[in-house]
Order: sequence, then C-alpha cells, then structure tokens
Amino acid sequence: MSLLAVRNLTAFYGDFQALFGIDFSLDEGETVAVIGANGAGKSTFLRSVTGLVKYAADEFTYDGQSIAGRKASDIPGLGIAMVPEGRKLFPSLSVEENLVIGGYDGRPGTWSLDRVYGMFPRLKERRDNPGTALSGGEQQMVAIGRALMANPKLLLCDELSLGLAPIIIKDIYESVPAIKAEGVSLLIVEQDINQALEVADRVYCFQEGRISLEGNPAQMSRDDIANAYLGKSQ
Amino acid sequence: MIEWVNSILQGVLTGGLYALFATGLAIIFGVMRLVNITHGDFIVLAAFVALVVVEGTGVGPFVSLIAVIPIMAVFGYVLQRGVLNPTLGPDLLPPLLVTFGLSIVIQNLLLEVFSADSQRLKIGAFETLSINLTEDLAVGVFPLIIFVTAVVLIFAIQVVFNRTSLGRAFRATSDDPVTAQLMGIDHRHVYGLAMALALVLVAIAGVFLGVRTNFDPSVGPSRLLFAFEAVIMGGLGSLWGTLAGGIILGVAQNIGAKIDPGFQILAGHIAFLVVLAIRPNGLFPRTRDD
Repeated sequence: MSLLAVRNLTAFYGDFQALFGIDFSLDEGETVAVIGANGAGKSTFLRSVTGLVKYAADEFTYDGQSIAGRKASDIPGLGIAMVPEGRKLFPSLSVEENLVIGGYDGRPGTWSLDRVYGMFPRLKERRDNPGTALSGGEQQMVAIGRALMANPKLLLCDELSLGLAPIIIKDIYESVPAIKAEGVSLLIVEQDINQALEVADRVYCFQEGRISLEGNPAQMSRDDIANAYLGKSQ
Repeated sequence: MIEWVNSILQGVLTGGLYALFATGLAIIFGVMRLVNITHGDFIVLAAFVALVVVEGTGVGPFVSLIAVIPIMAVFGYVLQRGVLNPTLGPDLLPPLLVTFGLSIVIQNLLLEVFSADSQRLKIGAFETLSINLTEDLAVGVFPLIIFVTAVVLIFAIQVVFNRTSLGRAFRATSDDPVTAQLMGIDHRHVYGLAMALALVLVAIAGVFLGVRTNFDPSVGPSRLLFAFEAVIMGGLGSLWGTLAGGIILGVAQNIGAKIDPGFQILAGHIAFLVVLAIRPNGLFPRTRDD
C-alpha cells in the first residue's frame, strides 16, 4: 500500500496555476525524487503535502487516511517532516534549540539529540551558537536533524543541495542511507539531477506543473531525462 | 541633596510600574510584530474589571487579581484569535488601525458603563505605609511592592522565553511563522497565548495603576505613551532593557517634577528623545536584523 497517494492534484497561487493534475505515489520505505526545472511545480507539490498551499485533489491520502485540507501544523504530528528549501533555521534559537523544536509535537520515536549529534558530530561542538551563525552545510545538517527530531515516517527534502559546494553536498547526502535504514521514506526534490538519481528508487520529472516522466532511474536514458526536464521532444 | 536622592529613588520605583506597562507591549510586538495601540486602554480596562470584582465581592484589590488575571487572559486569547489574527500579515498597518479603533471602542464602552468619574482601588492604610531608610529618606511599601513585582515578573518571563518549550515556540513563530508550522506549531494559537500572557501583565499593571492613582476611561493613551517610550528606550533585545527604559522614564519625570511640578511629563519625553539621540536602537538592541 502506498504511504502517500495523490490523484489529480491541482494548485494555484492566486490566478497562477502551478500544478495541473499530478498523480503521485510513494510506497513505505521508498525514496522518491522529484526533479525538474525552476518553476516546474516541485516546491508547490511539497507545500501541498505539508498543507502550506491550498489545493484540490481527487485523492490525497497518507498512511491510509485522507490529509486533504489538514492544517499545516497538524502534518508533523502525523509523521511527515520537512527540510525546507533554504534551510529556514530560526535565527533566535541556538543550534540545539533548533533541533529540539523539531520535536515540538512530541511524536514518539527513535530520534534524539544524541542520535542527531552522532550523525552530525560537528553540530555538537556548535550546539550553543545561533543556528544562523553556521556555514551553509552545517545549517543544512541542522535542518535535517530538526526534521528527524519529529520522528517522521516520511521525510520531505526540498533542494538539499541548493547553494552548497559539491563536497558539502556529498557530505549531506552521505546521511541519507542512515536515515533510510531507520525505515524512513524520503521524498526528495532536487535540481541536482545526478544526486537525485543516485539516491532515488524512483523518479518523477515535473515540467510546467505536469509530470513529464516517471520511473526507475536505472532504466532512464540521459535523453529521456533531458527531454522530460526541458521539454524538447514534443 | 537628600531631596534629589529621594526624587531619584521614587523615580526608580515609578519606573517599575512603567516597565510593567511596557513588558506586555514588548511581548506583543516581539512575538507577532503587532503594535498594540490599545495597550493603555487594556490597562485601564483591567483596573475597571478589578473595580467591579472589588465592589461586587468585597475583596481587596490584590485578592481581586485571582479573578482579574484569568478574565484578562481569556479576553486576550479570544481577541487575538477572533479579531487580531486576521489583521496580521506582511503589512504593519492593518493591525495598527484595528487596535487604534479598538482603543476608541474600549474607551467609549467604559465611559458608557462607568461614566467619566474618577475611580480608585483602595487598599486602606497599606497605601501610605512606608519604610524609613534614613531619617530623611523613606520609600513607600506599595511602590516597593510594585517595583519588586515588576522585576520578578520580567525575570519569570525571560525564563519562559529562554528555557521552556512555549518560549521556543514564541521565538520560532516570531522568526518565521511559516516554518514554525512545519514544526507542528499552530502560529494562530501561539499568538493567542502571547496575547494572553501580555494581558496577565496588563491585569497586574491595571490593578497597581488603580491603587496608585485615580483612573477614568480616558487615561489609557498616556499610559500607552509611557509604555512605548520605555520599550523603545530599552531596545527590543531584552526585557531588562524595558525595565531600564521604565526606570529612566520614571526618574526623569520625578526629577522634572522636583524642578517644577508642571515639568514632570515633559521631562520624561525629553529623556526619551535624549536616549534615542545617543542610542537610536535603544539600550539593548536586537543583535540580529530581521
């Protein structure tokens, strides 16, 4: 059974339609990547899952229950946590407080401060610094740790690689297998296609608010992806 | 010489009351970026609520706080969720206009119900009780209680903000209400709680105001002005700054009154302008820009 199932999702920003009938599914334990150019609707899709944008859908179920129209603040309690684009750490909070607030909902699970520090030892040294005083890569680690503190079943990652040096991106993505090993399902939105194809079991490519390609990355050719990404072929 | 020391001492104690006025205002602005023009009228409203409780039950003003605090807190929560939350957004103007209108509504409702007569909350002989520090220098017990209460409350609120889950939620929501929702924080509820907390302080400040001075439905706006001046002098980085701002205002007013009784209020405003000229961001500015 799908952990997340979406049928015919449409979303608007005012008069601008960002998504046109998206069908999407993600199975328990699966890692799915959503790729696409700027403005393809990837972030709007994630914001729909987290309840931050208004949308219409024939079906929007998570873990067997409909989450359509749920308040954004109810979503983490259901086991969906998000690493937002641009990290979005809270500047008034220290590194440790940023992590702690990730578990605000008190959802039970296996993640704790110690485990997050175990995964990202650098954060422990800087636990009392303001979250935004860290380097971009360290901030991204805090953002991931903060999301894990919510003990999610489904982790949404929006542009993990954005604005980071390639070597840092590699560091960040090295944490993905450990997260998967906990049984967490991942939905990764990424502009860095190579990185996305490497970690994903399945890939959706978005183009102008529609799905232009879906499948197993191992069976996709470069041309398929380029066409789906940029929309050359039709 | 001793008369001047006395003026300064009384000014410091008055500053405690101003800091109480101001702390609620600082919380409201700090958490939800809402400039609450109604703040002075809330204080007067709390004094009238206390008056009703005192006259209705025969308890003293301090005991009446058992009722006044929850009444004001619930009023604050409901007002925030029902009226003020819909006005919040990127634009600071709508909440400003709505609280300005609310200020007029509250003043006129109080006028309708209680008339323009001057009122007082009485605590009997306790009001004039004093402690002699030296032969020529005495402090009133009641002003001292106000000051100590202000310090204790500011300390308690700092602890709430810095050490508790609710305080982290306040700060996170203030930083970024959208991302706060991704943490499972319902920002509308948090705003309601912040207003409720601010109105707990308002309830206490209102009762103190009512015991210290006469009040009538029209005195709110001048309390708002004192509160504003204390907050701005203090800067927005720390509530201790707000206390310092209140004390500067109180001392300036008392020194002004010593020079010439008609000079009292003006002296406070001048001190405010001088502090701003020297430190435009206040004494304890926020360390980060947002």
